[in-house]
Amino acid sequence: MSDPNPNLDAAAAMATEVPQAAALGFQMVSASDARGVMHVPWREDLVGDPETAVIASGVVTSLLDHCCGMAITAATGERRPTATLDLRIDYMRPAASRAGVTVEAHCYHMTRSIAFVRAHAWDADPADPIATAQAAFMLAGPIGPGTGGPA
Amino acid sequence: MTPEDPLKAFLARAPYIRFLGMTAELAGDELTGILPFSPHLIGNTLLPALHGGVIGGFLEMTALAQLAVTQSTPRVHKTIDVTIEYLRPGRALTTYARADLRKVGRRIANVHVEAWQEARSQPIAALRGHFMLAED
Repeated sequence: MSDPNPNLDAAAAMATEVPQAAALGFQMVSASDARGVMHVPWREDLVGDPETAVIASGVVTSLLDHCCGMAITAATGERRPTATLDLRIDYMRPAASRAGVTVEAHCYHMTRSIAFVRAHAWDADPADPIATAQAAFMLAGPIGPGTGGPA
Repeated sequence: MTPEDPLKAFLARAPYIRFLGMTAELAGDELTGILPFSPHLIGNTLLPALHGGVIGGFLEMTALAQLAVTQSTPRVHKTIDVTIEYLRPGRALTTYARADLRKVGRRIANVHVEAWQEARSQPIAALRGHFMLAED
């Protein structure tokens, strides 16, 4: 595994090059076989309720969405622009106080233009999720201005 | 207590709302969430477009802010589930959102939220969600 893996490079770039991901402090954990794992460390300014010091659900939404995109990159082997069509999130329980959150996303099916992704988020134990998500993404063609919206 | 008080308390409470840079305005008890554009909200640098998570988080915060105004309690309402539909790219512009409390029961509220930028008739995203109401 000493060869540089272009999939991994493309996926790693997603954690640092996207302004919102960098602002939230996203860290790539792994990317392979249509799966991506990403982590966001706890930070004071990302808290949703200062009484509990739990990370805001909006941060988890961003991480779920972003990690789904990384799973697609891991599946296609290239960074294609994607547009989220829909994202459904179930919140099982709040994260623990002052805990970071990790997400694993799996791109389990892909057509020429659509990717289907499932993801789950946890604070300490992957078997004890704080949230699960189901999403569909439109895959853009080669990079170009495009019309933006899903046609 | 005027509707402004619980809104002010809600907006001041969460550091994440300051991270987003979100504000809100009230017309009577109807709230409009306002998200001024800021470079750290970008998810796609090519277009550029707002991050899907930012739009989702803003829609959810707008729902919770509207609930804070109409279901005023010092405690925080909890999100059970959300479905976010992305309709158009969120451009590098101010985004607005308004929440419609479809059903507020004893313990659960069903809320629809829509976000737009230049024209209300051209929404960029919509959210449907269930929220567990905090008890006093």
